[in-house]
Amino acid sequence: MSVPGDFYLTLSAVLFTIGAIGLLVRRNVLVMFMCVELMLNAANLAFVTFARELDDVGGQTAVFFVLVVAAAEVVVGLGIIVAIFRRRVGATADDIHVLKG
Amino acid sequence: MLHVAFLIPLFPLAGYGILTLAGRRLGNPLAGWLATAMVGASFVVTLVVFAGLFGRAPAHRSFQQTWWTWFSVDRLHVTAGILVDPLSMTMALFVTGVSTLIHLYSIGYMEHDPQFPKFFLYLNLFVAAMLLLVLGGNLLMTFLGWEGVGVCSYFLISFWFDRPSAASAGKKAMIFNRIGDAGFLVAMFLVFERTGSLQYTTVFSRLGHVGTPSLTASALLLFLGAAGKSAQLPLYPWLADAMEGPTPVSALIHAATMVTAGVYLMCRINPILFRAPDAAHTIAIIGGITAFLGATIACAQTDIKKILAYSTISQLGYMFLAAGVGAYVAAIFLMLTHAFYKALLFLGAGSVIHAMNDEQNTKAMGGLRALMPITAGTFLVAWLSIGGVPPFSGFWSKGDVLLNTYGYSPVLYALGALTAVLTAYYIGRCYMLVFTGNARWAEARASGDGHGHVVGGPVPAGEDAASVSPTAGHGEREHGALHPHEPSWVMTLPLLVLGVASALGGLINLPFHPTLVFLERWLDPVVGKTLFNHHFSAASEIGFACIDGVLAVVGVALAVTLWRAVADRPAVEPTFLQRAWYIDFGYDRLLARTSTRFAAFTSAVVERKVIDGAVNGVAAAFRRGGGVLRRVQTGYVRNYALGVMLGLVVLLAYVVSRSVS
Amino acid sequence: MHLLLAATVPDALTFAVAAAISVIGALGVVLSRNPVHSALMLIMTLFGVAVLFVEENAQFLAAVQVIVYAGAIVVLFLFVIMLLGVDRSEALASEPMPAQRWLALVLGILGCAEVILLARGKWPVGAHSVSGVANPPHTANVTVLGRSVFTTYLLPFEITSALLVIAVIGAVVLARRPRGPEGEAPASGTGSEQAAGEGGGAGAPERGAGAGLAPAELAPQPEPGGTVLEEEERVSVAQRPDQ
Repeated sequence: MSVPGDFYLTLSAVLFTIGAIGLLVRRNVLVMFMCVELMLNAANLAFVTFARELDDVGGQTAVFFVLVVAAAEVVVGLGIIVAIFRRRVGATADDIHVLKG
Repeated sequence: MLHVAFLIPLFPLAGYGILTLAGRRLGNPLAGWLATAMVGASFVVTLVVFAGLFGRAPAHRSFQQTWWTWFSVDRLHVTAGILVDPLSMTMALFVTGVSTLIHLYSIGYMEHDPQFPKFFLYLNLFVAAMLLLVLGGNLLMTFLGWEGVGVCSYFLISFWFDRPSAASAGKKAMIFNRIGDAGFLVAMFLVFERTGSLQYTTVFSRLGHVGTPSLTASALLLFLGAAGKSAQLPLYPWLADAMEGPTPVSALIHAATMVTAGVYLMCRINPILFRAPDAAHTIAIIGGITAFLGATIACAQTDIKKILAYSTISQLGYMFLAAGVGAYVAAIFLMLTHAFYKALLFLGAGSVIHAMNDEQNTKAMGGLRALMPITAGTFLVAWLSIGGVPPFSGFWSKGDVLLNTYGYSPVLYALGALTAVLTAYYIGRCYMLVFTGNARWAEARASGDGHGHVVGGPVPAGEDAASVSPTAGHGEREHGALHPHEPSWVMTLPLLVLGVASALGGLINLPFHPTLVFLERWLDPVVGKTLFNHHFSAASEIGFACIDGVLAVVGVALAVTLWRAVADRPAVEPTFLQRAWYIDFGYDRLLARTSTRFAAFTSAVVERKVIDGAVNGVAAAFRRGGGVLRRVQTGYVRNYALGVMLGLVVLLAYVVSRSVS
Repeated sequence: MHLLLAATVPDALTFAVAAAISVIGALGVVLSRNPVHSALMLIMTLFGVAVLFVEENAQFLAAVQVIVYAGAIVVLFLFVIMLLGVDRSEALASEPMPAQRWLALVLGILGCAEVILLARGKWPVGAHSVSGVANPPHTANVTVLGRSVFTTYLLPFEITSALLVIAVIGAVVLARRPRGPEGEAPASGTGSEQAAGEGGGAGAPERGAGAGLAPAELAPQPEPGGTVLEEEERVSVAQRPDQ
């Protein structure tokens, strides 16, 4: 008998929260991106938990696709970061405020 | 034969149409002759229709001709059509007849006016509208004509529109009329609501189902309309100002026809008045007071047209008095004879004005009898008629009115009798000042004042001294001698015809024998059932007739004695009468000034501050709101992420609340 | 808590340890001053999650997690950290937006609480699987997952393949250096980037082709494929301290 799903979901929520707070608090762009990955992982964990509890492989399939898309997203995102921050030394997320109203 | 009745208003309307399109090309005097011919043709057709109606038995003297359905909405079904019956035919006859004479007169009077065709265009339109008014088969048709004559009155009063006094006089007439028209409109609503129709025949047949309060209200509201149109208290000040228009206009519209429309309306709705005695009583009282008021004011006026204007107000008061009492035949009789002698008085005055080179101040005239015998003679006939001197027409008609008034209320009779004396007096005063005595105009010229103004005379009430019209008279314009003389035949012929009519008009309703009361028997199908019938013995009738004669003679004698050789009597021309009891003055101060100030306030405060302020304020509010909201856009990614987080938390809270409950 | 005791001891222990590793790793990601440390802590989290995947009978996914996430994505992160200069540390103590921190904390805790509240639900059991049973007897997890992906979810699979290709192309385009006015083709992205990047100093203007544009020629020409901040290149090049 394995651990019931509630605990996994609680863990998933905690991981998500930590990732969210990190995204809001940190200014380094790369660390912010890593926090996004954290949140994605938390979601993956929840999916797999549901796949187990509901006995439906769709949850695992979802994780499969999330993984693929997360990879693609990281590639493109880092490319953008490189393109923007290439010439600026020590730039943070706060330095990009061109869209200020 | 009666089927040609539609031609009666059609001819003048066609005249209006032709003159609108081709009037300028026709020019002077052809346009005038065309207009006269059109009205004359209308008169001829009226005679034909009259003959046709006369040929029928009295019980069948009612013919409705429906032209088309004007509109039909839900319960309201209004047709465009006419009602040919004794009352409408009587009106149509004298309207077309007098109009033809005045059209003829105008050809001479307006000879030198640059807008000659336009004048006749308006005159024809007026006659068409007036005929629609009197012939209309339902209240709305009458109202159409009512508004039409109001509009034409405005056009014609302001005919010389570049004169500010004329323009404002036209507006004043329009405004007073509109107040009355509001009453007419509400009355129509009420009548329709209570009887389900506006057609006269239908309405009168259904009056039995209508309660007295509604009838009283309708009658009073219609009287309000009539008071506006016929210059009764409190809506009369416009008529004096309407003298700004050319004299033929004053003669036709403001003496003979348009102002009588109110009296016609009262007679037309006699079934309603019969069932609403309170309303009728009110009408009689107002009529009586107006008659007296008008007479008193006329006694102190110096402008010849103003004298006649107030005289008209006074005589109309008599007619309303008669209608209120229930003596509809007397009212119509007086209306007829009044049309003759008042038109005659006005045309005569026009003749004098024309000869005196547009001088209208009686104090600047005098001694014209020798120079203008026809005018003077016909004016005399008119004076004796309006004064009520036997055997002229006015004696019979006014006598009828006074007799019936005595039967109704001796107090009103006393008022009427006093007014009768005053009537004979003030017209006599006018005659004496204009035609007898010294030629004051010649003395004025000799003393060096080259413009014909009276030197040191009293200012005419409510007017700048010596209103000047652009129509050149037959006198000289430049400095030098004034040579008044009789005008051409086109102007004197109408005078003569009207003189004969004024003299002999009484013949249509002589009271001596039942067979001689033609008018009463003719109008019996229309007013017979509601006529005020107070039986007087033959002796008392003769007695009253004698009293009438005495009253008239007293007035005449008074005029002759006081004004034989004197041109100035301040004692009998007090200022408050000259200023018309300060009533118009009061209207101006109380109503006009307040309205103007209110309008200024509305413009400055309400319009600019409130409305514009609100509109601009909305824009400013949005701008400020936008400025405040702009601060949400910080440009920082972390702030935006915070917003997303906030939204997420709110959504989750909602989901939690749903799952918990 | 009584439910936890219902589980077998090995399972519970595994769960506890893996969960602890994950949380500590997550905290490390968020709280580390050095981005490289953050990346390494992320790897720790990923491993913890992989263990939990195994625990939940998703072995294939655990493997993929380790290989792809920890093995490729985090490595990519490290590459970029190195590229953009890692010796700078972010000043964690200061916060230019005072409300941000405590608002983030409040919202975070609120959100966590809400999700935990929602998580205590009744699991529907005995329901029909939509996509197929996750644990059929005598079938490996790979097989089940593979069948699901290649039959029921074939279309999403193909679309994500296309997505990957697009991502690659996009990355290539993004990382390209801007062309110079001489029309010289830029050298391959990352190599000359590193040469002309923050490591170079006063020698930058001389490396015309490498640096793309000499500062003097920068201003009047709009650059195809350039970026928003290119006008600052001149400034940063001029300001770059000689090394």
